[in-house]
Amino acid sequence: MKKIIKYVIIDILRNKIVLAYTVFLLLISVTIFNLEDNSAKGLLSLLNIILIIVPLVSMLFSAIYVYNSSEFLELLVSQPLKRKTIWLSLFMGLAASMAFAFFIGAGIPILLYEATPTGFMMLGTGLLLSVIFVAIAMLAAVMARDKAKGIGVVILLWLYFSIIFDGLILFVLFQFADYPLEKIMVGAVAFNPIDLSRILILLKMDVSALMGYTGAIFKDFFGAQTGLIISFCVLITWIVIPAWLSLRKFNHKDL
Amino acid sequence: MKKIIYIAVLVLVVHTLSAKTIRIGKQQQVKTIQQGLLLAADGDTVLVDPGHYHEKNLLINKSIFFIGINHPVLDGDHTYEIISIKANRVLVDGFKVVHSGISSIEDYAGIKMYSCRDVVIRNNILEDTFFGIYTQYGTNCTIEKNTLVSFSKEEQQSGNGIHCWKADSMRIIANNITGHRDGIYFEFVTNSIIWRNISEKNMRYGLHFMFSNNDAYISNVFKNNGAGVAVMFSNHVKMIHNYFEENWGDGAYGLLLKEISDSYIETNHFVKNTAGIFMEGASRIQVEKNVFEANGWAMKIQASCMDVTVVHNNFKGNTFDVGTNGSLVLNSFNNNYWDKYEGYDLNRDKLGDIPYRPVSLYAMIIEQNPPAMILFRSLMTSLLDKTEKILPSLTPENLKDEHPLMKPLPL
Amino acid sequence: MIIASNVSKKFGKLKALDDVSVTCIKGECIALIGPNGCGKTTLIKSILGMVVCDSGFITFNGNNIRHDWKYRARIGYMPQIGRYPENMTIGQVLDMMKDIRGCKNEVVDEELISQFGLKDILKKRMSTLSGGTRQKVSAALAFLFNPEVLILDEPTAGLDPVSSEMLKAKIITEKNKGKLVLITSHILSELDDLISQVIYMQDGKLCFHKSITSLQEETGEAKLSKAIAQVMMKR
Repeated sequence: MKKIIKYVIIDILRNKIVLAYTVFLLLISVTIFNLEDNSAKGLLSLLNIILIIVPLVSMLFSAIYVYNSSEFLELLVSQPLKRKTIWLSLFMGLAASMAFAFFIGAGIPILLYEATPTGFMMLGTGLLLSVIFVAIAMLAAVMARDKAKGIGVVILLWLYFSIIFDGLILFVLFQFADYPLEKIMVGAVAFNPIDLSRILILLKMDVSALMGYTGAIFKDFFGAQTGLIISFCVLITWIVIPAWLSLRKFNHKDL
Repeated sequence: MKKIIYIAVLVLVVHTLSAKTIRIGKQQQVKTIQQGLLLAADGDTVLVDPGHYHEKNLLINKSIFFIGINHPVLDGDHTYEIISIKANRVLVDGFKVVHSGISSIEDYAGIKMYSCRDVVIRNNILEDTFFGIYTQYGTNCTIEKNTLVSFSKEEQQSGNGIHCWKADSMRIIANNITGHRDGIYFEFVTNSIIWRNISEKNMRYGLHFMFSNNDAYISNVFKNNGAGVAVMFSNHVKMIHNYFEENWGDGAYGLLLKEISDSYIETNHFVKNTAGIFMEGASRIQVEKNVFEANGWAMKIQASCMDVTVVHNNFKGNTFDVGTNGSLVLNSFNNNYWDKYEGYDLNRDKLGDIPYRPVSLYAMIIEQNPPAMILFRSLMTSLLDKTEKILPSLTPENLKDEHPLMKPLPL
Repeated sequence: MIIASNVSKKFGKLKALDDVSVTCIKGECIALIGPNGCGKTTLIKSILGMVVCDSGFITFNGNNIRHDWKYRARIGYMPQIGRYPENMTIGQVLDMMKDIRGCKNEVVDEELISQFGLKDILKKRMSTLSGGTRQKVSAALAFLFNPEVLILDEPTAGLDPVSSEMLKAKIITEKNKGKLVLITSHILSELDDLISQVIYMQDGKLCFHKSITSLQEETGEAKLSKAIAQVMMKR
């Protein structure tokens, strides 16, 4: 397994895109921290980038990589290797690369400029988001045989998680404005890792006061130790379930 | 007749000259303050040596100068009201008043004035008192340079720092108040001034102001109080050059205005409050030359407000500039500086050529549907705001600054 | 050694394999022939586990391959179109395969590598290689680990005559060592001196599986191509 991960990572590193992504993140985060007069504000600007760019790049890159390495997969499958090993190695290689790129590109500036609980929360959720969207992209890639279709699905998924889901939430909120939905919203957030990460970070930033009653309910839940643990479990579930589904699918895939 | 006057004046002069000084202390003839107060007559000076005095309740019912040397400690043993003043023209100066009683029936205070005129309370330190300095039916009293520290943990178990009820012509100057329920409390107080006080970390309001007309508060600092400052049911109030800072929390405001009219809010600084100013039922208010910085909402103006004029203010780094809950707007905004303004100034008159709309669509949405706050800072809401900026449809049509400033005012 | 029992596989509506049963025994050199799209490659891929069959099963030395993956260590596979990670060099691919197989210390059969002159171009990237050179790499990889079974899918397609002869000679030596060789090819003439058995497939179905001698006897033709042609005419 280690060997395959090694070859996957070597191959990804040879691919300049991850390097470019790292440099891009690094440039953005350093500029943001230098431009904003106070670094807490820089963190806020960085929040948007993490919640938008990280899922997009993680998904697109992973999907394209899976499609482009179909020959590599084919070669490996004809070798004395378990399919599970091959697929999980590919996943780990991708996840490690994306997480590492995020760590270098955004994590190090955060640690340098803003080593606060908020910063750590942002770092943690950013790393998790990187891995989550690698898993989701791999599921999409294994489901759709056609590359163009697969990439289309990935872009749609990204749109769904970053905009459409929130639109639906807004729609539901207005449709059922007469009902107390705050607590249900705590649950609803679990269905979108981007929203969950955003709220975890925002609550650490102490903007919950702005969020009024909703914020208070959220703070009650996510601020407490158990809430925090549950949220991280949910995020990890977002890695495990897509990865497991894609593995099942890959086990029966014809190459 | 003239003779009578002469005699009267003479008696008065002799009387004044005959005013004596009573010294109290372990080394003095008079050992206890109670004894000293009994001995004193109108116009006398009672001087207290340094030391720790447990003397239950001290009643001052004569017009005396009651002065502590190096802050002698008057201890109420958590049971008594410490100083009760029931005479006019009393001076209380230089004491350290600690551990008053706590009661849910009576308002025990460190220093309490009952229907007094011309009393001066100054240079005292009050620690761990239920109420700090309390007046009822006071007239022309001065409360000056006192330091009040309490350690309350619950609102029910704590009193106000400086509490004025039914008073007139009061001067509250340069006090430091911390840890009380309300830092300064005004109810039915008229023609009074609150100047250069620092009120911070109080449980509820830094300044609580009700049914009090024709007052001014100037150059005070209200910082990090549970709910900020509340000014309610009053008119003709002048709020000038105060600092409202870090009143951060759910339901906290820099300045809460409720049912207030004909007032001025000028050259104040609102920094890092959940809401800089929250107005409800306010009318004829002039908001001018203030700085709003890093607040959640710089201003929340409910639709029940009218004739609020907001001019020449600086709005910088606020999450939301203005929030409102209705589409009817009877207030005007003009010539403010908004850091979120993206317009241009072609004719170089330092005024933007297109109007600025300080209410964002998302701010409107959460006003109508608070749980939508769950989408705070999501891509979705920024997109909504951007489209609304290009095609305004839902935000109040006439809530706009026609001529925003291009550069911040030097405030 | 390899037994396929009632193997079926559908790709959408197309039946790539329809109830195919084959038995391949050690020491044989079997030609897998049939028209284009008759399911040869699918059968090979099923044996390798690259295609998962819908029904039926395949055993390798008595073990069902679905629950076993180690058997692939004993197979050398040369695909029809060799596809390799594009930005690796030949040397890296060879090293990687050795690494994955975990036989750095074992003796590897590098005869073909040197014969094909791959040693001089180890630093070339896979993406820059011609089709023929890729075939050479594929062939070299198939023989590299001394496998008991060789599965060669169109081995000589795209190879120049010299290399083609080298490969054939190699196949014969390996066959003589008692290995099982499975070859598919369109060019029947070049199979003549190699094979001992013929499997003929059409439309996903197995038409016949005969030894070359019985085929020659039945048709009276010495040449494989003619023998097959006659069989096809009969049908």
